Amino acid sequence: MKFFAFIVVLFTGALLIYGTVDMPDWGDPGSAPNSHVSPRYIEKTLEETATPNAVTSVLADYRGYDTLGETTVIFTAGVVCIMLLRRFR
Amino acid sequence: MDTMQFIIGKFNYWIYIVLMMIGFYAMIAKRNLVKKIVGMNIFQTAIILFFISTSSKKGGATIPIIQGGHGDAAGHVIDAAQYLNPLPHVLMLTAIVVMVSTFGVALALLIMIYREYRTFEEDEIYETLEVMRLKK
Amino acid sequence: MHYAVKEVQVKERYPDVTIETVCRLLIPPIQLFGLYVIAHGHYSPGGGFQGGCILGASFIMMFIAYDIGEVKRRMREKLNTILCATGVLIYAGIGILCLVLGANYLDYGILHQILPAYPAKARALGTFGIEIGVGITVMSVMISIFLNIGTAGEHEGEPE
Repeated sequence: MKFFAFIVVLFTGALLIYGTVDMPDWGDPGSAPNSHVSPRYIEKTLEETATPNAVTSVLADYRGYDTLGETTVIFTAGVVCIMLLRRFR
Repeated sequence: MDTMQFIIGKFNYWIYIVLMMIGFYAMIAKRNLVKKIVGMNIFQTAIILFFISTSSKKGGATIPIIQGGHGDAAGHVIDAAQYLNPLPHVLMLTAIVVMVSTFGVALALLIMIYREYRTFEEDEIYETLEVMRLKK
Repeated sequence: MHYAVKEVQVKERYPDVTIETVCRLLIPPIQLFGLYVIAHGHYSPGGGFQGGCILGASFIMMFIAYDIGEVKRRMREKLNTILCATGVLIYAGIGILCLVLGANYLDYGILHQILPAYPAKARALGTFGIEIGVGITVMSVMISIFLNIGTAGEHEGEPE
């Protein structure tokens, strides 16, 4: 059983490594993630949001709706733990 | 030389794929339920590190906090090439929170399984389920 | 669904002077640092999630060094559960406030009509408001999950 699992793991790992052949080099300044959306965020963050920290301004201002969903996720996890485990006498 | 260039350009992805496969092996091959949950955690951590490694830039890029931003906003032009890419960091903050949430819920489910079956090994749980099914 | 035989678990405490003293000395600076990390999310690495985790970790440290009665004396379970929901309410409430004033949901630029700031600064203040909400929620949920899993749902010795 463990031998079969090992074969599956090796096969998946080989498939993933084969998939990284097309990906951009490490630290490439002209790669696709670095050249489409994020230069606009870095250049405009100080004049539009008055926040030097680009990560906070993207997280809470430009992508604030996703952060609302994430806060709901962690709130739901807290509620689920109370519901499953808590025994009231 | 070309092979060396290829390896230097891609080896960060390969390291994190090895870590992912370690976590994946723990998830599918171990019999103890707690070890499976730990494997899931390793898998998620490897994915987060994989994404963060795509945000680096060569040529002396610094952290994505604009220097000189304390004063008034107007003035100097900001060069996007000297700051790191902030977008993978933002997405991975959400991923870390989701990791913590699934870990908490998984541990709560494990405690409920322990209350019912008094064991964490999955083959003993399967035996108990078989006995209960044959009794009906 | 049948429950297995419930066994009574007697947990013994081993009080240690070093651990207790160090925790009593360290927990207030840790909480102050957590508030600092939340408030300085605009100028240094930090923000709501990071500061909320640090604040939650201070209560978890008290639980590890002492026992559950000490934590529940300082943070009642009812207050903790209400705080969980208050953070999300603050976040969604600021969004609805922006909707009421006439702009899109979570469009903080319109807040310059009620706050004494120009539109870019109003966006920064709106961001700060939602980071406070996120910090409160993350702190309460960390404490709640850890206490529930650490005592398997039975907070023995409740002081009320």
